[in-house]
Amino acid sequence: MTMAPKREAYDVVVVGAGPAGLAAAATSAEAGLLTLLLDENIGPGGQVYRAIASTPVTERNQLGADYWVGADLVQALRTSDAEIIQRATVWSLDRNLEIAVSVGGASAFVKARRVILATGALERPFPIPGWTLPGVMTAGAAQTMLKSSALVPDGRTVIAGQGPLLWLLAAQILRLGGRIDRILDTTERGNYFAALPHVFAFLTSPYFAKGLAMMREVRAKVQVVSGVTELAASGDGQLASVNYVAGGKRETTPADLLLLHQGVVPNVNLAMAAGIEHRWDDLQLCWSPVLDASGNSSVAGIAIAGDGAGIGGAGAAVVRGRIAARAAVEALAPAVAAKLTPMAALRADLAKAERGRIFLDTLFRPAPQFRIPSGDTIVCRCEEVTAKDILDAVAIGATGPNQLKAYRRTGMGPCQGRLCGLTVTELMAQARAKSPQEIGYYRLRAPVKPITLAELAAVPKTEADVKAVVRG
Amino acid sequence: MFKRSEQDKRPPVQIFVDGTAITARQGDTVSAALLASSRDVRRSTAVSGAPRLPYCMMGVCFDCLVTIDGVGNRQGCLVPVAEGMRIEIQKGKREIGK
Amino acid sequence: MTRHVDAIVVGGGIHGCSTALHLCLAGLKPVLIEKDYAGRHASGVNAGGVRQLARHIPEIPLSIRSMGIWEKITDLLDDDCSFESHGQVLVAENEDELAACRARVAELNALGFVHEELIDATELRRLVPAVADTCPGGVVSRRDGAANPAQATTAFRRKAEQLGATVHEGTAATNIRHSDGIWHVDVGAQSYTAPVLVNAAGAWAGTIAAALGEPVPVETVAPMLMITSRVPHFIDPVVILRGRKLSFKQFKNGTVLIGGGHLATPYQDRNETVLDWKSLATSARTVFELFPVMRDATIMRAWAGIEAKTKDDLPVFGPSARHRGLYHQFGFSLHGFQLGPGAGAVMAELIVNGGTQTRIGDLSIDRFHSPTL
Repeated sequence: MTMAPKREAYDVVVVGAGPAGLAAAATSAEAGLLTLLLDENIGPGGQVYRAIASTPVTERNQLGADYWVGADLVQALRTSDAEIIQRATVWSLDRNLEIAVSVGGASAFVKARRVILATGALERPFPIPGWTLPGVMTAGAAQTMLKSSALVPDGRTVIAGQGPLLWLLAAQILRLGGRIDRILDTTERGNYFAALPHVFAFLTSPYFAKGLAMMREVRAKVQVVSGVTELAASGDGQLASVNYVAGGKRETTPADLLLLHQGVVPNVNLAMAAGIEHRWDDLQLCWSPVLDASGNSSVAGIAIAGDGAGIGGAGAAVVRGRIAARAAVEALAPAVAAKLTPMAALRADLAKAERGRIFLDTLFRPAPQFRIPSGDTIVCRCEEVTAKDILDAVAIGATGPNQLKAYRRTGMGPCQGRLCGLTVTELMAQARAKSPQEIGYYRLRAPVKPITLAELAAVPKTEADVKAVVRG
Repeated sequence: MFKRSEQDKRPPVQIFVDGTAITARQGDTVSAALLASSRDVRRSTAVSGAPRLPYCMMGVCFDCLVTIDGVGNRQGCLVPVAEGMRIEIQKGKREIGK
Repeated sequence: MTRHVDAIVVGGGIHGCSTALHLCLAGLKPVLIEKDYAGRHASGVNAGGVRQLARHIPEIPLSIRSMGIWEKITDLLDDDCSFESHGQVLVAENEDELAACRARVAELNALGFVHEELIDATELRRLVPAVADTCPGGVVSRRDGAANPAQATTAFRRKAEQLGATVHEGTAATNIRHSDGIWHVDVGAQSYTAPVLVNAAGAWAGTIAAALGEPVPVETVAPMLMITSRVPHFIDPVVILRGRKLSFKQFKNGTVLIGGGHLATPYQDRNETVLDWKSLATSARTVFELFPVMRDATIMRAWAGIEAKTKDDLPVFGPSARHRGLYHQFGFSLHGFQLGPGAGAVMAELIVNGGTQTRIGDLSIDRFHSPTL
């Protein structure tokens, strides 16, 4: 499973084995295209179906029916001819569709005729005071440990934030016998009214009944504090307590573990490093790639499917994966495309899967104070840069995230802005009275994941070694 | 901070953390094994020396960086444990060439 | 709307910003026009080497002039530009290369330049303890060093603006024309007129020169750089190699910058470059061989800045051979950053006084138009 790619060139290379990537690779391979699926994790599934082929959680109802859908996707892929490589980190992709991938400590280069990026989402930064303390993690982190290792919180545990994942995680922790002391709901009260016009679509969406049942299940067992307007973690080198304000009242609760979540945003690093155009999404408050109806990006030959294309959830991701793969088949093997599910049918599936999304995006739009910190709160975890540091740099002439790097090194650490980029954009936009679109984002560069010098040095020699040739 | 669910029947895997043997389970990532070990596995950052533990467990935050079998700055949340694996908790800037 | 100013500087790299600043110091009110933002391209993303070492002889006087300014950069800019002076060392990897170093230093000494000094293996080891034992010596330029390029370029821009320059960022200069002894430039809906135009547009300057009837053999290149994660301090000076393409520098924060001139493919119209990883692998191999301690360091990021390279690797610097009031300052061919402060000072002298004490004659644009070429 951790072998280097068998070939130097493929028809389709899919990056990411979450719902979109699994569906895309299966569709592409079933149509007879030479397909390679590269995935960074130990096994397929992405985040939502994390450890689907290996989870030690054997009582199926504990993870819920939505999780086990992933097993069928993996099964479909494994019966296809797609080459699948796990623990494969794609660290470079360029507009010539050349891909650099690290597998087992060695890098290889492969060329694709079509690339489908299915790099999914990551949790939105939640930059509150103390969020770098040991003992503060994302809700997704806890869910990953639960799915892949059947680990559940057993100390004093607080979950804070908002959004469907938070309730799902809480339910799963409780079902597996874990401990949750308190849930702090940061949903802004005003959001309920804002979301009202979209409620009809939501009521008829797949989310509604499941969501309601889950909230009821959790509320029966855990104290839920709603209307939380301030939140901070504190402790000396380790989380000791969580401080919050709800309904104007300040409270402190001792805690060993604080799990934070305020939604997910597209994981844009590889796409941006490939030169794909992104725009600021005012509803989802994040950067999303500019795509056509088939997921094709601004770089010829690269499509994006799944949450990396804009947050739509697992159901939508599967359909988007099929759409992107079908478009690749239409381009590379038009005769075969006729045998696949018609595009019109796939688009109808997508519309159905995306139903209710606007309601969720509006209801769970994170409050400004949890997106745009102030004072000594750390924004860039890698380089340990505070909100005040950034505002000081703005005051002496830093106009955007890229100029800020020269003053403060924000985004220059190993995470390459994944945990600070959105915060920096919004913080600078607010400070300079500009829109996030005008402020822009870090120019991202390969390697999108660090590689060792020895690994790079071991890349096979070519003519380029003899003479630095300018290509193209 | 975390405990294992009783239904987990995966076979044990022994790894060494700064020389001390701990028991993980087959399929655990290094980070999950460290967090499940109830040892103090906080690294300290290269910038200020502040203590950190893994934050995202999905390969994006780089707060899980550890030295694995002599290779530093590896993302512990992406590497599965293997029998006899040697883990070092990183303190500050990682020494090179030593 | 048209505004009359004393000078129009096209290009917000370190050269344009430095010239704008020095014009302000001479009492002029220039406008600086930058299509993106100051330091967006090569000036902001180069290796930051402040180097007199191993320069072409015709540009050494300008480099020495510049060095004097770098050493007092905080006085000029109220910003230290993270300038550090730990010397630059050129490493000879074998006896043949060392012999070439010896000849070079002798040649410079004969010309009266004393900044380069031949060193033996012992001194090399003292300056660069981590270098492979097989290297027999090299050359050091002890006053050299490095600065943070984006910080420096931005500091020049900021100081120029404080002293009265108008900085126009985000829109390209277009429709550059000359009539009745006055230069006209459009910047979006705004127009500027001035008796003086400085062409400091980096990779875009060749097009401007050609449009004004002075084509020069210049190409757009994008030298690549890469940087490692923070590692413990192990080296002070900047290191370059005599025989292979490599430059090497550790910053105060512990990160190590690896460069040397391997090229990416520039896509100038899109402000974009496509990196050539196979060439970067060559750089990695060179470091691997010469600095064994770096073998398991982590490469964090690689990039390339777009700039102009002339056929003879020398800048085009000085008055136009064809138009009154036009001055060229481009084509620095991968080694223009250190020259920025001095070139701005000299350019201001050329514009304001009509001449300079610094020897720059060999850099003139008419070298490309003489019948001998």
